[in-house]
Amino acid sequence: MPGAFDLMDPPDTDGLRACVHCGICLPQCPTYRLLGEEMDSPRGRVYLMRAAAEGRLALTPTFIHHLDLCLGCRACETACPSGVPFGRLLEATRGQIERRGARPLSERLTSALLLSLLPHPRRLALAVGAARLYQRSGLQRLVSAGRLLAPFARLRAMEALLPPSPPGAAAPLPEIVPARGRKRGTVGLLLGCVQRLLFPRVNAETARLLTRAGYDVLIPRDQGCCGALHLHAGQIDEARTLAVRLLTHFGRAVDWVVTNAAGCGSAMREYGHWLGDNRDAEVFSSKVRDVSELLADADLPLQRLDLTVTYHDPCHLAHGQKVRREPRRLLAAIPGVKLVELADSDVCCGSAGVYNLLEPEMADRLLALKLERIAATGAGVLATGNPGCLLQIARGCRERGLAVEVLHPVELLGRALPERARDG
Amino acid sequence: MPLTRQFLRELEQIVGPEGVVATPEGRLTYECDMHTFYKGAPDAVCLPTSTEQVAALVRLCLREGVPVVPRGSGTGVIGGAMAPHGGVMISTTRMNRILEVDLPNRCATVEPGLINLWLTNAVKDQGFFFAPDPSSQMVSSIGGNASTNAGGPHCLKYGITVNHVLGLEVVTGAGEVVRLGGKVQDRPGYDLTGIAVGSEGTLGIVTGVTVRLLHAPEAVKTALAAFASLDDASETVSGIIAAGIIPAALELLDETIIRAIEAGIGAGYPKGAGAVLLIELDGPRAEIEAQALRVTELCRAHRPLDIRVARDEAERALLWKGRKEAAGAIGRLAPNWVLQDAVVPRSKLPQIMREVQAIAAQHQVLIANVFHAGDGNLHPLICFDDRQPDQVARAIEANEQVLRACLALGGSVTGEHGVGLDKPKSLSLQYAASDLEFMARLRRVFDPKGIMNPGKLLPSHACGEAVRPGGKMALPEGAWV
Ligand code: SF4
Ligand code: SF4
Repeated sequence: MPGAFDLMDPPDTDGLRACVHCGICLPQCPTYRLLGEEMDSPRGRVYLMRAAAEGRLALTPTFIHHLDLCLGCRACETACPSGVPFGRLLEATRGQIERRGARPLSERLTSALLLSLLPHPRRLALAVGAARLYQRSGLQRLVSAGRLLAPFARLRAMEALLPPSPPGAAAPLPEIVPARGRKRGTVGLLLGCVQRLLFPRVNAETARLLTRAGYDVLIPRDQGCCGALHLHAGQIDEARTLAVRLLTHFGRAVDWVVTNAAGCGSAMREYGHWLGDNRDAEVFSSKVRDVSELLADADLPLQRLDLTVTYHDPCHLAHGQKVRREPRRLLAAIPGVKLVELADSDVCCGSAGVYNLLEPEMADRLLALKLERIAATGAGVLATGNPGCLLQIARGCRERGLAVEVLHPVELLGRALPERARDG
Repeated sequence: MPLTRQFLRELEQIVGPEGVVATPEGRLTYECDMHTFYKGAPDAVCLPTSTEQVAALVRLCLREGVPVVPRGSGTGVIGGAMAPHGGVMISTTRMNRILEVDLPNRCATVEPGLINLWLTNAVKDQGFFFAPDPSSQMVSSIGGNASTNAGGPHCLKYGITVNHVLGLEVVTGAGEVVRLGGKVQDRPGYDLTGIAVGSEGTLGIVTGVTVRLLHAPEAVKTALAAFASLDDASETVSGIIAAGIIPAALELLDETIIRAIEAGIGAGYPKGAGAVLLIELDGPRAEIEAQALRVTELCRAHRPLDIRVARDEAERALLWKGRKEAAGAIGRLAPNWVLQDAVVPRSKLPQIMREVQAIAAQHQVLIANVFHAGDGNLHPLICFDDRQPDQVARAIEANEQVLRACLALGGSVTGEHGVGLDKPKSLSLQYAASDLEFMARLRRVFDPKGIMNPGKLLPSHACGEAVRPGGKMALPEGAWV
């Protein structure tokens, strides 16, 4: 029987066959932990993809449902001793599903709407306004009226994520911020779509800290979107187009490409894979670093902050980029900060790109577990390096009345940098 | 014959619609355990959350003569948790609570789906642990461990699962809920716990387990001894055992499996050595220091390339991670493998290892060895690629020969993995027909209609299973029943 996938970017056969069905990944998978079902586990999902590749299954709505329920958190990849490239297999399979329209219409509308919004700062800003308006208008009472209104329900979920007060217009960052002190190199800074709109301070602090650490920071204008959300949702061609555009903006002059958004970093490290025989893409991918990696061994004159802090590992940092130690080292380096470990710190918070908007029920269950763990630490601050996680966990704390400040590690680090040094 | 709508509705009435998996896609993912060679999807999977639900499910299946297949985490390697005759699979994954931890009496009562390691994690801060440590302990369930009487590296010193199960709650194939054994060890009457442990779901389904907890040892020392050849390593094992030393664990890993482990996990095993022994001593500090000296001497007698002691807990944990995930890492070498679980008397270890190597050469198959050398329990992983029919045939032939070679040396067909769908046929090599018949009669006492995990454990001629009329009797290709 012919396989269910066509020849355009099918999931890699050897990758699928690398799964020896050992199950070591199961307890690490958030959806398996909640549901206990094989087909909502990594082993089961690989099995489904392989069965489709071998022609034992078609891309049925049930098949798609089980893959949709996957967070793409890649915790399974970290656990797998056999090297199953789960993230790539999932993205390729989602690519086939997306491109061939195997999804019900209303769902396609929804994901198209979200994806067309998130990567474009201006459109996203408009949508944020619309979401706030929508909340006031009482429209949400109509939402249950029909499936085609589903996109509005997502808007409501989006609204819930927004911080109660808008961050205020941020002064745009200059195109070049020169290093201070001994120069260590030149970095290009990715601003990120959500980050730049909702967390402009994170970008500003990132740039400032990097210059303090001795880096010239280049911030290409109109750099666009890295395509992470598209890639993770299976819109592979769109992701490729965005990736190529981004590549040209960053050029070759930089030593590192730095991001403070785990999802973006993880996607950019995959350019080499997805752009095929593209030497530039490979070089670019090899230069991608999370901001914590570059700051971890910078010797910053940090001031005392008497705080108990706990750290949540963003999936796309811990699992997608294998960066776990550096953010912890950074936080622990702040004098006076007591860093307490969060139990299950690397289990997804439910944000997972746009997952919390598409699968709100599962996302909420994961968030509830995360909040329980956070509360148990007794920390006053939760630090995490990804805008999606920041939004999701902050929303949870707000709704639960949990008095925990949710910050990006660079925000905390910024606070610890003496004022005088700031000015000088 | 697929289940009727009415029957499915009754299943849903018991466990709720969210507790029944009946889609073809969902059922497909349950068609095999870690032994992917044998495939058989159940007609429905149920995920109960209580003993009452399990009992109701079994009674319903009993009424209709539908096979019942218990499943924990599905990490077995003998085709135990798959459904060759279809029927209803009962997955215990949603029954995973710790019901009671009773430290003064050093025991705990748990639901069957609890992951083995999670129990140790829950009591380790108080200085206790659950001793049976199958390599799959980070994922396999305690109910599954009990049902297969799983072993593990540390069973050399601490004994296998049956030594740590004090009591069981079982829903029998007759639909009764029975409690076997209990917290107090010496009980009057038959040792039914001992019969149920290792019965592989053929008597009933375990719904609760009371296990022994042990005090963590005062000190642990873990060492790696590398040798130029498999022969030197196995001679060393014989030497250690003959000297009357019982290490907490004594594992042998050959060059091939080390290659896989280092590619997959990077656990710090020396590359290039012909074989490595992972030796762990535990107990009172003074005692293990003395033992360590003795073990070093015994290793030295066989030309070690290197002897290294783990410096800290992190290094020790990494070595064990490498060992425990070895079977998963084998995917780095070949897409498929069969795992032989035969046992030889431990004095015969060097001899059998030479035979295994000869068998590999003769059949031109790659065999990786990683096993509990201390108790003579082999685990040759015979690699193949199922897209190459001749490779499949050679692997099966080699597997069969290893088994026969072990029996010829006075061994057993299975050490710790169990029989499942994989080895009922081989049991007749080890037991007389009348002995098997006796076991089949015992089985019928618990499971009068033969609905529990049919096709597993006993050769079918001995157990007289009554699978429902019209049921799927066709066995997957290659199944030995
Ligand atoms: S850990 Fe890897 S090889 Fe094992 S079941 Fe999961 S994906 Fe497959
Ligand atoms: S990516 Fe995350 S949710 Fe998806 S299968 Fe892997 S562990 Fe589970």
